[in-house]
Amino acid sequence: MPYEQDMTLSINGRDYRIRLEPRKSLADAIREDCGLTGTHTGCEHGICGACTVLVNGEPVRSCLMFAVQAGGTDIETVEGLANGDDLHPLQQAFIEHHALQCGFCTPGFLMLVVGAMRQEPMLSEEALTDLISSNLCRCTGYRNIVKAVLQTARQGNAAAGTVRQT
Amino acid sequence: MDSSNQGYIGRSVTRLEDRPLVTGAGRFVADIDFSHQLHMRVVRSAHAHGIIRSIDLDAAKAMLGVRAIWTFTDIADIPPIPFRATTVQGLEPYRQPILADEFVRYVGEPVAAVFADNAFIAEDAAELVSVDIEERPPVLSAQHDPGEFAPGLGTEPTTIVKTYGDLDAAMAQAHGSIALTLEVGRHSGVPLETRGAVARYDAATDMLELHGAAKRPHWNRDQIAEMIQRAPSSIQLFEYHVGGGFGVRGEIYPEDILVCLAALRLRRPVKWVEDRREHLMATNHSREQTHLIRAGFDADGRILAIDNEFYHDQGAYVRTHGARVVDMTTSLLPGPYRIPAYRAVGHFRLTNKTPAATYRAPGRFETSFVRERVVDAVAAQLGIDPVEIRRRNLISKDEMPFARPMDALDTPVEFDSGDYAGLLDKALTAFDWNARRADIERRRSSGEAVGAGIAMFVEKSGLGPVDTVRVSVDTAGAVEIVTGSSSVGQGMETVIAQICAETLGVDYRNIRVIRGQTNRIEFGFGTHASRVTVMTGEATRVAAEKVKKKALGVAAEMLQISAAALELRDGCVIRQDSETAIPLGDIARNLGPTSRFSREREPGLSADGWHRTDHMTYPYGVHAAVVRVDRETGGVAVENYLVAYDVGRAVNPMLVEGQMLGGLAQGLGGALLEEFRYDEQGTPLSVTFADYMIPTAREMPKVEILITEDAPSPLNPLGLKGAGEGGVNPVGAVIAAAIDDALGMPGAITRLPATPQRLRALMSSAPDRRTARRLAGDGD
Amino acid sequence: MKSAPFQYHAPARLDDALAVLAETAGDDGRVIAGGQSLVPMMAFRLAMPGHLVDINRIEELAGVEIQGDTLSIRALARHACFHRPVIDHPFGRMLTCVAGNIAHYPVRMRGTFCGSLANADPASEWCLVAATFDAELELHSRSGVRTVPAREFALGAMTTALRPEEILTLVRLPIPPEQTQMGFYEFNRRAGDFALGMGLVSYRLEEGVAVDVRIGLGGIEETPRRLGEAEGVIAGQFLSETLIEAAAEAAAGGVDPIEDSQTTPAYRRDLARTVIKRAFDRAGRL
Repeated sequence: MPYEQDMTLSINGRDYRIRLEPRKSLADAIREDCGLTGTHTGCEHGICGACTVLVNGEPVRSCLMFAVQAGGTDIETVEGLANGDDLHPLQQAFIEHHALQCGFCTPGFLMLVVGAMRQEPMLSEEALTDLISSNLCRCTGYRNIVKAVLQTARQGNAAAGTVRQT
Repeated sequence: MDSSNQGYIGRSVTRLEDRPLVTGAGRFVADIDFSHQLHMRVVRSAHAHGIIRSIDLDAAKAMLGVRAIWTFTDIADIPPIPFRATTVQGLEPYRQPILADEFVRYVGEPVAAVFADNAFIAEDAAELVSVDIEERPPVLSAQHDPGEFAPGLGTEPTTIVKTYGDLDAAMAQAHGSIALTLEVGRHSGVPLETRGAVARYDAATDMLELHGAAKRPHWNRDQIAEMIQRAPSSIQLFEYHVGGGFGVRGEIYPEDILVCLAALRLRRPVKWVEDRREHLMATNHSREQTHLIRAGFDADGRILAIDNEFYHDQGAYVRTHGARVVDMTTSLLPGPYRIPAYRAVGHFRLTNKTPAATYRAPGRFETSFVRERVVDAVAAQLGIDPVEIRRRNLISKDEMPFARPMDALDTPVEFDSGDYAGLLDKALTAFDWNARRADIERRRSSGEAVGAGIAMFVEKSGLGPVDTVRVSVDTAGAVEIVTGSSSVGQGMETVIAQICAETLGVDYRNIRVIRGQTNRIEFGFGTHASRVTVMTGEATRVAAEKVKKKALGVAAEMLQISAAALELRDGCVIRQDSETAIPLGDIARNLGPTSRFSREREPGLSADGWHRTDHMTYPYGVHAAVVRVDRETGGVAVENYLVAYDVGRAVNPMLVEGQMLGGLAQGLGGALLEEFRYDEQGTPLSVTFADYMIPTAREMPKVEILITEDAPSPLNPLGLKGAGEGGVNPVGAVIAAAIDDALGMPGAITRLPATPQRLRALMSSAPDRRTARRLAGDGD
Repeated sequence: MKSAPFQYHAPARLDDALAVLAETAGDDGRVIAGGQSLVPMMAFRLAMPGHLVDINRIEELAGVEIQGDTLSIRALARHACFHRPVIDHPFGRMLTCVAGNIAHYPVRMRGTFCGSLANADPASEWCLVAATFDAELELHSRSGVRTVPAREFALGAMTTALRPEEILTLVRLPIPPEQTQMGFYEFNRRAGDFALGMGLVSYRLEEGVAVDVRIGLGGIEETPRRLGEAEGVIAGQFLSETLIEAAAEAAAGGVDPIEDSQTTPAYRRDLARTVIKRAFDRAGRL
């Protein structure tokens, strides 16, 4: 295969030694070479956000990075959110609020929100809706996603001691 | 949630489907791999219309890792994909060949298929396939006179005409009439997951497997079997997780046949996943129709007659639905209104665009737009309030069941139940209609272009004629429902589990639903036409009742008492007024083949349930919206929206609301944003998510949802009607009405989507009449 | 939609990157920084570079710097750098306001200011900023450095004066005086879309008279630019609503709008007027 090279991807705290062409996207490498198929590709041109993962804690569109660019970074995917059987509060909130239907866009939304809330924990309702407009969903009409995210944000902020109103 | 069977039906329990999906453990077709699989990449026509002069495969075949490249001659023995759903005759010659033969008829049409060791090589090689096409002028409008599809075949394969009542007499008696030309833009389901299929031939068992099925696995299996000349029992279809259907996924497409043939002939598994650009030009389009409609009405605004001629842009070929969308358009246009005389002439026309078929509320998004525009136009002409005029035209609940002298989907149109006026009242209250109108007036006086619209509709659901499930309980008391229905992500597993749980007295979470696996149940009828809750739900109830009866009978025998003294609760057979409880698992064990309880009975605590129906069920709704138009940019903000929908009986209200919200988002897309556009050469312009614009969270209004159960269906014991299409149906109509109102220009919106550019053009050519009156000193 | 094959280079030093570019310029060697514009083009195979020079590891290209009244933005400064004002000053706040309009959050984590300039999309917000404030661009190659003013760098839609062997390493923006009022407005059909039109204005009032007037327009023509004709209407005059409308009118009259299959020049001309007016409405609120 032309230009194949060896590299290591560190995903959810585990190292994966893989061999691939530089042109392979991070999304495809995560899915195919590391066997983590929770991250989905909906467009491969960086608009739908289904492929969102965390790279060094920041939400990025993994279809817009080549895997070779991600060596030496810490990648987090949806498979790493739960703690064994204990779901992440956001995952739980998605279930409670019926924030998913087909589930294809769901991992992208989860990682987007988890990553963004870590960077900026005090997001207002308007800012969170803005954030959610980063990704496309075709099934839910978004309202329940917003509810699930708001509930989680308030709980998280409540735990941190303050809640910021719009 | 507690585990007692406190009536699951009507409860918004969380979904069984969710846990794997939120943890990334879902299995969508792109997640499926077999070792040594080949990847298929389709070479597609870059021209909208032409004759294939030659296809040069040399460079592509020379690429390392390319195993085969097929063109038409390699699969010439395979017939085109048959129709699934049409009674219209004479459409066969218009079916799409699996790979283009002599003609290409749309950009995106499959011309060749490359099979290679990995997806990179397949795509690289596909780029090297050179197709020489002698271009022909494309036909890009369904309103042009029909041209030539092929020698001897014109591009209007059929015209569907439906009529009832005395149209001429009605128009002659009319106090007045209106005539409108209305257009709905080409758009479609566009799920987040693109299509895909993985075929594998298991030589050890001589079984062909197709993984990644959807919508109607059993029917698809049978048609594939016939097309490739294998016994249906030698083919298995497997459905896993499906990333949205909306009607466009799960019909048989050429690519499905290609992977099956390749798996058989090349003796390696074959995987194909469509990319987004391909999807937008190769997966079924929908919706594009132009209606030339006349209506006659009396002095009170009662519509006496509708005479509609419309042109349906079918695209290049007739796919599995035949002329079904035109059929539904003709039969379902009258909606909830009496319309005593009616004629619809539907021209089913082929053009050089991506073929079209069904998309959520097919024929009804279109006809609701048309019908409600007509009603609004009559109201405007007579100066009657838009709500009042609807009241005057509505079929009353006393007239139920109401038969329209027409067929839709081969069943007579007969509204089973409905209180349209009652829902209208509830909707107006829920939306605070009068207060909102007053508020709108206030805002207008300070210069805002803000307005409200309303629309009413009748949906159809519960398409029969039949469905079946098998319910069984194992020795641990775990329940399994096997159904040939499939999932598109809507939560059908949870819904039928709820119905089963209520009947069997078990925790719904102790139920596993097996769906879409053709090797698990002999007959299946799929997921489409909002049928599953009604048909599969009722079949589930029937099967569960049989299991219940069997369990009670065995328990009665075990306890030597009458079954009448027993009930099912908490996963056990419970003797009333006593502590005695026999877990269902024990009953199942006692129904093992060698048990004495099985001597006079079929072994196993299981049963098949069937449900048959000759009629669909007809849910109905009212939508309303407040929009604000930015006069300077033409931008539209939908501020508030009401969905009011009578679903007969809501098994899981949260899921019904979810269907409304999702449908609404798609409807807003069709009303304001989404369109498949073409240039003059027939090259598609909407081939990325930058060009084909799907609504984001920011575009969603504040939504009020009112789900009522005032008109349960008399056609099934639970009174169920379907919910899949009630969110999208009238959205185009409502938004158009609201924009008209905001602009002060009744009837302005005659075409969807109502883009900023189109609104600005409208405003420039006909200034706001309210402003004009104000400037002229007339006051409001 | 997989990219065509390429050779990948990830140098740690600028010199090495420039050397590779010099050698591969003939084979369409391209720089990748954020990749948010380049990678989609590669996925569609509209761009098929034989070599990709990844500059993300070059530390000397990181960050922004303020020296006196100059803001220097280096090649790896991401859009997200501007999520919070890089300087506690209306200019910093204006950049934050503009940044929030660029695509979406995850794109802003990776995409870069300099990358936007090198990409030269007609609807690029940073291109509008660079044009409106007369930025200076530093272009490095193996043979040296040249400084090019923004208006000479942007040549047309997706076309710049950047040579194949060059990297845009730095953009310098003059920070205007603290009393400067700035306003930005963009119109798009959906959240995060490329704007159909955007306006950026900047001025100072000296006893009601507008001085140092800058009026920039983006998304309407092939490249964002300052509208001298509109500025001339306002400069040296008492600022008023009427004057602003006249300036907006002059703007609309003087533009050469791009056309696309959905949007007529007339629409864009009207939009030019609107976005300029609304940018003025928002001025002074930062």
